[in-house]
Amino acid sequence: MTASDARFPKDAPVRGPRALIFETGSPESRCVEAPVLDVPEISLDEALAGGVRTQPPALPHVTEVEIARHYHHLATMNFGVDSGPYPLGSCTMKYNPRLNEDVCRLEGFAGLHPYQPLETIQGGLGLMVGLADTLAEITGLPGVTLQPAAGAHGEFTAMMMFRAYHTAMGDPRKRVVIPDAAHGTNPASVHMAGYEVTTIASDANGAVDLEALKAALDTDVAALMLTNPNTLGLFDPNIVAITEAVHAVGALAYCDGANMNAIMGKTRPGDMGFDAMHINLHKTFSTPHGGGGPGAGPVCVTAALAPFLPGPLPVRLDDGTYGLGWTDRSIGRVRSSFGNFGVFVRAYAYVLALGGDGLRAASEQAVLSANYMKEKLKGTYPLPYDRPCMHEFVLSGSRLRKEHGVHTLDVAKRLLDYGIHPPTIYFPLIVDESIMFEPTETESLEDIDRMIEVMLTIAAEAASDPDLLHGAPYSTPVRRLDEARAVKQPDLRWRPSSAE
Amino acid sequence: MRFSPVSCEHRETMLRAVGVTDIDELFESVPAAVRLGRPLDLPDGLSEMEAVSSLRALADANTPAARLVSFAGAGCYDHYIPSIVDHVVRRPEFFTAYTPYQPEVSQGTLQNIYEFQTMICELTGMDVANASMYDGATAFVEAALMASRITRRHKVVVMGSAHPEWRVVLRTYAASGNIEVVTCPVEDGVVSPATAALLVDDSTAALLVSSPNFVGHLEDLAALGEVAQAAGALFVVSVNPILSGVLEPPSSFGADIVVGEGQPLGNPMSLGGPGLGFFACRQAHLRQLPGRIVGRTVDVDGRGAFVLTMQTREQHIRREKATSNICSNHALNALAAAVYLSAVGAAGLESVGRACVAKAHYLREALLATGKFDAPYSAAFANEFALRYKGDPAVMHAEMVRRGFLAGVDLGAIDPGMDGLVLFAVTEKRTRAEMDSLAKEVASL
Ligand SMILES: Cc1ncc(COP(=O)(O)O)c(C=O)c1O
Repeated sequence: MTASDARFPKDAPVRGPRALIFETGSPESRCVEAPVLDVPEISLDEALAGGVRTQPPALPHVTEVEIARHYHHLATMNFGVDSGPYPLGSCTMKYNPRLNEDVCRLEGFAGLHPYQPLETIQGGLGLMVGLADTLAEITGLPGVTLQPAAGAHGEFTAMMMFRAYHTAMGDPRKRVVIPDAAHGTNPASVHMAGYEVTTIASDANGAVDLEALKAALDTDVAALMLTNPNTLGLFDPNIVAITEAVHAVGALAYCDGANMNAIMGKTRPGDMGFDAMHINLHKTFSTPHGGGGPGAGPVCVTAALAPFLPGPLPVRLDDGTYGLGWTDRSIGRVRSSFGNFGVFVRAYAYVLALGGDGLRAASEQAVLSANYMKEKLKGTYPLPYDRPCMHEFVLSGSRLRKEHGVHTLDVAKRLLDYGIHPPTIYFPLIVDESIMFEPTETESLEDIDRMIEVMLTIAAEAASDPDLLHGAPYSTPVRRLDEARAVKQPDLRWRPSSAE
Repeated sequence: MRFSPVSCEHRETMLRAVGVTDIDELFESVPAAVRLGRPLDLPDGLSEMEAVSSLRALADANTPAARLVSFAGAGCYDHYIPSIVDHVVRRPEFFTAYTPYQPEVSQGTLQNIYEFQTMICELTGMDVANASMYDGATAFVEAALMASRITRRHKVVVMGSAHPEWRVVLRTYAASGNIEVVTCPVEDGVVSPATAALLVDDSTAALLVSSPNFVGHLEDLAALGEVAQAAGALFVVSVNPILSGVLEPPSSFGADIVVGEGQPLGNPMSLGGPGLGFFACRQAHLRQLPGRIVGRTVDVDGRGAFVLTMQTREQHIRREKATSNICSNHALNALAAAVYLSAVGAAGLESVGRACVAKAHYLREALLATGKFDAPYSAAFANEFALRYKGDPAVMHAEMVRRGFLAGVDLGAIDPGMDGLVLFAVTEKRTRAEMDSLAKEVASL
């Protein structure tokens, strides 16, 4: 369909871009009106010692119906888990149960103020203790802070705890070792924590190269940061040897827990020898991604590291009530209040609904679904590391590029025309033209089969008509964007003057 | 409950296609020594109805501020949230989407962020804003780190009147060695620009100030801005955005970076999270901005459209050289904030601000008239003020909860240095009758 297609009248409803909310409505339009002031007016100038605003901010002026239609239109230009298959690798786009959304809005949760007397938030504290205990059991790591707001924030939190731990041992250290397959937040978090990054290459099986690791390890190394299952979707079979080698030089082992959805109830990072890890509640525990957040990145640690946890920590007291405590060598705080409590409520609802067996079953199905897809696709798209995978797998688009000049980006864009959200692409960096599929346990066999069929169709299209793919997508609200222009001529905000 | 739509029959089909008879064969790369080999020690799953009752029981074990007549603030506020806000936020196209990596099917999220960025620029008077941070505290810290990168200086001077939790977060981050924190002492509930000037020198990356400050007072931003500028340090100001309709924006005082906690804009208190951090700066510093930024461009058909941009600052490209490690942010809370600001508009935001200021001043007089409090400070304030209670604030609080009031925040519980002080915040939701009865009840203690 093109803009001039006669079948689609100009301004046909809802498909394409929409005017900004600032360009909607008329100057006198209002949505909510303020109630009548029931105390005496006071002079703002006097009250605020002169610092009174003279030029009002240029905010939208719209009625409620205009707001409803504006955001309805924006919503229809979005694609979420409810819109269709969303096999975005590393992101665990599982279905977000509506139960979660309802309970987090109960007034007894959403209406809590962080500085209420503790006697009035016993249920909230109890929920946090219950969630922390659950995560400790699932990870095999007994010390838990729920405070970090996301995975990256959890990584940073743990690195600061490692720093405090080594310092307390009288043995401060300089570097953190990270495999080249790691997510970008890993080196970024390590840097923020004041450590240098040492990158090591993966071995021919896509796992940690034990020799390279040992060569990188010395008494300057504070930690290894490893994703296991790793970002190729593979469980590292040498995991015990790896954590032992790390401990042998007095360093600590950190697990990026982004891939926890593969292993709940099957194996525990604490038992593998990891000293700390984060969990993304917005992945494994079904809380929604919200178009980019909020998530939550609780950190679980060994008993030896627990004294360094940020505070305050919700705790169960001897008399059965709940309170707050600080550990004696706490690193402090990594954000305000207790963390993203609204996300904890959702995650706890999920845990209660599934129970221990349900969590294990979810991981098993996630792994089976990924293996099923992998087997059906690997004949057409090269699979660089051909082993049973965990909950995700990484294909390469290199053959399509070599034979037809079609890139992974083109495949991803073509998937949009078939109503499927693309997998993660160009990550991990160690696979050429990488395509990372994570179907999760909440895609049905019908939808998985359809994804497979579409991927095969797209490979055939690449052979017969590569330009079809180069031009994709065709059916989306907008088509490919000029990203270079966005950088060269930055237009990062609307300005009132551009209204005229 | 189970949320997987895969039937037993389909599971068998999949197992056959993969060529295994048992799912455990797929876990063979997990060494036997670390297989769990037992069920997780967690309760059995519940039906939806049972799960709801369990959670409702926990919710009912709380006495939420929202059900009391609440005067609690200190960074988290009980403002009115228009009905339309949650109806938009509950659209699954918004809340079930990921970060907008595929712009062709994410224009809703992207356009909203562009509009949100614009609104934050309008509130703060700054040139550019990002897509959100985790909260006000982390935005404050990221501002300090950004200032250090820009100035290539190590020391940041934070006003001791800023939120104590935020200052703890700043100190926690500074243990990395990437910055050094010096705290400017507080005198009579505000900082003195002359004292600040003694601490700010040519090794100072930033002067960080919060106005209103933690106890509600307005700081002398004009003078503090001059102190920063004279030393070549960046001027970082944190504001409460709900007051942006009545207070002069920090840009008027030479702010280089403006941050804050956005919860008051359309987000429930939710025990302090999730809210959102906002982050704005001058155009000159755009390339050092942390976090996601959305820009407007065109598609191949020439239609205006939005996309994540300036990504060479970010972790997925720059890795350890990125401006921040932030990846997921608080996009859905930013959506709530944008819908809120659309619903109230500039006039509504000004009314909310006026109401908060007028009511806070009314309540302060009413409480002082009870004879139960002293006024420790005389500085100008907006929506929040601290008084010294003549008895034990904890006892007073407990009794007032029994009577249906959340009588402010007991500051001694947060910072022993503020023992005896109670911080009262007044939002537009509080009526004169409620304030009169608070005063009456306190008087009768
Ligand atoms: C492997 C991995 N590590 C870390 C992260 C960062 O998590 P967050 O976005 O919650 O900060 C991600 C998220 O995409 C990830 O996939």
